[in-house]
Amino acid sequence: MGAKAENGVKPPPLAPSSFPFPFLRTLKLKTKQQELLIRVSALALIYVLAFAVRLFSVLRYESMIHEFDPYFNYRTTLFLTKNGFYEFWNWFDAESWYPLGRIIGGTLFPGLMVTAALIYRALRFLTFAIHIREVCVLTAPFFASNTTLVAYFFGKEIWDAGAGLAAAALIAICPGYISRSVAGSYDNEGVAIFALLLTFYFFVKAVNTGSLAWGLASAFGYFYMVSAWGGYVFIINLVPLYVLVLLITGRYSMRLYVAYNCMYILGMLLAMQIRFVGFQHVQSGEHMAAMGVFFLMQVFYFVDWVKYILHDPKLFHSFLRITLTCSISVGALALGIGMATGYISPWTGRFYSLLDPTYAKDHIPIIASVSEHQPTAWSSFMFDFHILLFLFPAGLYFCFKRLSDATIFIVMYGLTSMYFAGVMVRLILVATPAVCLISAVAVSATIKNLTRLIRTKSKASQTGSSKGTSSLKASAKASLDQALPFQRNAAIALLAGAFYLLSRYAIHCTWVTSEAYSSPSIVLAARGAHGGRVIFDDYREAYFWLRQNTSPDAKVMSWWDYGYQITAMGNRTVIVDNNTWNNTHIATVGRAMSSYEDEAYEIMQSLDVDYVLVVFGGVTGYSSDDINKFLWMVRIGGGVFPVIKEPDYLVNGEYRVDKGAAPKMLNCLMYKLCYYRFGELTTEYGKPTGYDRARGVEIGNKNVKLEYLEEAFTTSNWIVRIYKVKPPKNRW
Amino acid sequence: MAKSTSSDAQMLVRSLHTAYAATPTNLKIIDLYVVYAIVTAVIQVVYMGIVGSFPFNSFLSGVLSCVGTAVLAVCLRIQVNKENKEFKDLPPERAYADFVLCNLVLHLVVMNFLG
Repeated sequence: MGAKAENGVKPPPLAPSSFPFPFLRTLKLKTKQQELLIRVSALALIYVLAFAVRLFSVLRYESMIHEFDPYFNYRTTLFLTKNGFYEFWNWFDAESWYPLGRIIGGTLFPGLMVTAALIYRALRFLTFAIHIREVCVLTAPFFASNTTLVAYFFGKEIWDAGAGLAAAALIAICPGYISRSVAGSYDNEGVAIFALLLTFYFFVKAVNTGSLAWGLASAFGYFYMVSAWGGYVFIINLVPLYVLVLLITGRYSMRLYVAYNCMYILGMLLAMQIRFVGFQHVQSGEHMAAMGVFFLMQVFYFVDWVKYILHDPKLFHSFLRITLTCSISVGALALGIGMATGYISPWTGRFYSLLDPTYAKDHIPIIASVSEHQPTAWSSFMFDFHILLFLFPAGLYFCFKRLSDATIFIVMYGLTSMYFAGVMVRLILVATPAVCLISAVAVSATIKNLTRLIRTKSKASQTGSSKGTSSLKASAKASLDQALPFQRNAAIALLAGAFYLLSRYAIHCTWVTSEAYSSPSIVLAARGAHGGRVIFDDYREAYFWLRQNTSPDAKVMSWWDYGYQITAMGNRTVIVDNNTWNNTHIATVGRAMSSYEDEAYEIMQSLDVDYVLVVFGGVTGYSSDDINKFLWMVRIGGGVFPVIKEPDYLVNGEYRVDKGAAPKMLNCLMYKLCYYRFGELTTEYGKPTGYDRARGVEIGNKNVKLEYLEEAFTTSNWIVRIYKVKPPKNRW
Repeated sequence: MAKSTSSDAQMLVRSLHTAYAATPTNLKIIDLYVVYAIVTAVIQVVYMGIVGSFPFNSFLSGVLSCVGTAVLAVCLRIQVNKENKEFKDLPPERAYADFVLCNLVLHLVVMNFLG
């Protein structure tokens, strides 16, 4: 069983003259009960804190869904609550990817939608007349609070209750997690991190106790994770790797066998119930490690059992020789045949680019174009982790000092997730729980040492913080000679310094959340000339114009970023959207945007396009507009249609929109649609007309004439522009 | 060389036989159940080889139910075996109850997956 130091974790904080807690004495509680009360109240406060810190954008703007992907999730949840689970599971959507359609039921991860629908049903049952949008907006903060609870139990499992509390507190406000779980960010990761940590906690509990019930719980946790996010591949590879490490280092035991087998078989069967995952657990190369380790375990434990019942080592050696040669040859043969015939598919592009980061850039531009898939800069690490960055190695040191099954697991989780976080910015999210847990171990261990130093000499009340941290220097000092003269003062000073560091962490996290991670992306804000706040609500203006002023079967062509929002808010059919499952279709749209107007008109006629939507930031200085994304359209279009060549749009390798720009650039459809009538507009005092504030130049072609399209709507700040495609002219 | 390996193999088989005969009856029953499940799985795989794997989910659910129940039975055997020092605190009723619960979940999922 796992070792837990339950007693004496916290020094009894009361003494007769202690000011902060006089009421506890009046309640006449024993020490254990006082400790329990403090722990429970700390956890309750952390729970509320995790929820409250994520509410900035709801308070500043309104309760709405952020970004792009959450709009798809919101639309599907709406469908689920209106039409029931059977319709949802078998839904074929004709409103996106016109004319192909999309089998939504079979190509999404239903965990998030089902969770939100269940919460909605439960609240409705209790007669709270709440709108599904409110439930969707607040799902992520709610699950963040639940994650802090799981982090507490996990910390208790790997170290002790103090580390659990520290882990809960650290993960409640860690920016790496907040970035994907603010209120309004209704995305898979909000629920998936909770499921990830829950699965890992149940698995470590199963390995520590060897009970089938905990293994079953971890299988259910894994099922929830598979239903919630594609990142479940991390679990199905980390757990076998952990088992392999334990087998190799000789720390295996019967409990490991019980835990892994129960989780693998039941988890695999449950995971195959999700249609999007399908048979990948037996057919995809990414899942073969788990199966390989499963078979290896059977052979290993069988050989171990035979060794146990045969009390003769010589016989056992011959037996070992026979079985080893048989099993290795059979296994290698099976794997070889599987890979050669292509039955076992190799690692797909998304995950292969984690092992080889240069792969996507050369071969799959659509994966390389997503900004979240870029490698991480050091500043991002510091921004998202702050002091946890140097507490992580300290925690690793403590974990190695007290190696057990649980600490080996958390060390492996931490190291592998940090490697992947270095490869892709988005994966900082997966590393956050590991970093928080390991840092919490460092925090808890050093503060215990420090307070023990302070308490050895005198029994006077010490109102030191219940959580604090220190550098490695402090722990080295603590292990030195006990009778240092100024030891107690030094410890108090270090404790104060630690308290200061933690308070800076809290301030940093709150500042980061407020400044960087609470913007809805669909509503933009800026400071006006007199310091007042100016809100740009152009996106929603445009989508609602579409909803109210176009015919219900109108088809809208835009770049794939806006697809989900157009279908969710504009309620119109789109050509391509964020699912990006069909690269050729996206390349067709990219080709249309990069061609001259007449070629583009032919493509648009073939796709039945009625309206074209572009995003333009020249008037407001908004830099994530379509002109800045244009080169990606060219690259993706050119990847499928060689007639589109990227050098045609560049001048000496440089991307320009002013007088010196390439002629093809100045006359392509995207340029014309963005800068139509822009040449007459004065955007900034003292600059000529047609000055593009996002690029900082005066545009090259100010006199744009459109032949096949006409302008239908431009929002008040010119951010979204919608054009109607004119029907073909009469022939005579 | 060949003669020594074959006589080695014979000695191996004989000593395995005598060692196994010493195990208690309840463990032997569990072992029999495991062997039965594995044999059923092998029969299913051979059948799939002959007939083709068309409703793949049905094939998978059949094989995985056999393999799953065999593996769970081995876990039960480990937990009930009195010689395992790690599990000496575990009452056998708890082990059997866990086994029944896990099998219940396994077969429910298999029934859903059979199609």
